[in-house]
Amino acid sequence: MSGFAQNTFNGLVSGAFYALLALGLAVIFGMLRVVNFAHGAFYMLGAFGAYVLLTEAGVPFWAALVIMPLALAVLGMALERAVIHRLTRLDPLYNFLLTFGLTLILQDLVKSRYGIQSSPYATPAALSGSVNFGLFDFPTYRVFILGFTVLLCVAVWWVLGRTRIGMVVRAATERPELTRAFGIDVGRWVTPVFGFGIGLAGLAGVLAAPMRAVNPLMGADLIIVVFAVVVIGGLGSIFGSVAAGFGIGLVQAWGEAYLSEFPIVSQTVVFVVMAVVLLWRPAGLFGREEAPA
Amino acid sequence: MLRIENLSAFYGEAQVLREVSLDVAVGKVVTLVGRNGAGKSTLLRCVMGLHPGQRGTVTLDGRDVTRLPAYKRARLGLGWVPDDRGAYATLTVTENLTLPPRVGPDPWPLERVYEAFPALYTRRDSAATMLSGGEQQMLALARVLRMGARLLLCDEPTEGLSPLLVQQVGDLLREAKQHGVTVLLVEQNLHFATGVADRHYLLAEGRIAEAMDNSEVRSRERELLAYLGI
Repeated sequence: MSGFAQNTFNGLVSGAFYALLALGLAVIFGMLRVVNFAHGAFYMLGAFGAYVLLTEAGVPFWAALVIMPLALAVLGMALERAVIHRLTRLDPLYNFLLTFGLTLILQDLVKSRYGIQSSPYATPAALSGSVNFGLFDFPTYRVFILGFTVLLCVAVWWVLGRTRIGMVVRAATERPELTRAFGIDVGRWVTPVFGFGIGLAGLAGVLAAPMRAVNPLMGADLIIVVFAVVVIGGLGSIFGSVAAGFGIGLVQAWGEAYLSEFPIVSQTVVFVVMAVVLLWRPAGLFGREEAPA
Repeated sequence: MLRIENLSAFYGEAQVLREVSLDVAVGKVVTLVGRNGAGKSTLLRCVMGLHPGQRGTVTLDGRDVTRLPAYKRARLGLGWVPDDRGAYATLTVTENLTLPPRVGPDPWPLERVYEAFPALYTRRDSAATMLSGGEQQMLALARVLRMGARLLLCDEPTEGLSPLLVQQVGDLLREAKQHGVTVLLVEQNLHFATGVADRHYLLAEGRIAEAMDNSEVRSRERELLAYLGI
């Protein structure tokens, strides 16, 4: 029993990272109709930024948790204004070429300066150790990640669902042209929404630093699963991306624990789930078929 | 209020409007009739600023708005009632109504909207696409009234409505007109059109073929219906 609880807990913690990254991809896709293949690179920059801030300037984890998402949001907004916005009028192939190209540039910039080896990042002192809820010892830091991520997702959900800004973003996401005809400058919201999505990726990166190996390729490994998550949840669906993020985290953890004699199965279970979902619901679990403009 | 001069519109190579010119004076209701594909909806989209491939000029209150993006035109007092009713699935009925900013001197308060449309009030927290077709049509009309739009661009607002609702739409448009609202109406229901409008333009193959008043439309109703294929 305690083994199952532990696997479930670990699955939810990896799911938290998938959810944060998928949520950012979903808001970006919704508003810009751009699939940001560079999302994993921004996650990596978040983790690397935290590492560099700590080792070269002594900036602690808590400060990095604020600084890096904001800094990356600004970088994201600059990139949106400089290049990403040009994609709207182009063939989707350019979407892939540009954002994948950005990934390679960002990865290699970090690689050329810091090399390919992984760097350790100490867990912040306040969150070291473990807490016992009766079943087993939960590492405090992982409990923090889970709680923080759930709170953040609820907050984003609330802003999108209950505020005027959220209403405008939903309307602009669903039917951009109609929304312009109702006196709303949809274009004004595109850059901040892109920055917000990138900021979430950066935040996930900072959270990952004490837990995962910090290296230039850490985002590339993760993002493949995140894209499966986004497809399963339904591209552009906020709720779907979060639900599928946690769901896939669980599936992966259970697969690794209980199908470990069949490594081929446990390593591919996510993509099997994706294939089944797509056969059953081509727009994803919570996705809608595209409405006319 | 609205002046359209030499308006041509294109979909790729195909030309759907050819040098259309027309005037709509303040407080008038003008209909555009014509067969499917005659360019009626495209003309409304050009006025709204939603059709990229166009030539000619659109003037609003004497101001050339041809280069103005749609959202700025809306803020000058344009209210669009699109042919598909424009209900948002991800917004509640109330949110659908309050999404657009108030753009005119006489916007309807939400309470007044719900008084006039009790069916919308009972469904106010539902997703707008859960409403029936008739209710969605009412929502589209209620939305531009709440904006306080001074020029309504209505694309077949009676399509698919029961006779009772058609009558209600007519009453609303007549009331709006009394308050100085101008309406450009795409309509196939000639009986309805002559009941609310002052003037009618017959659009054929992208051109204005004829301008008619109410008595002319009434006396030629049979001929026009046959031409429109209704």
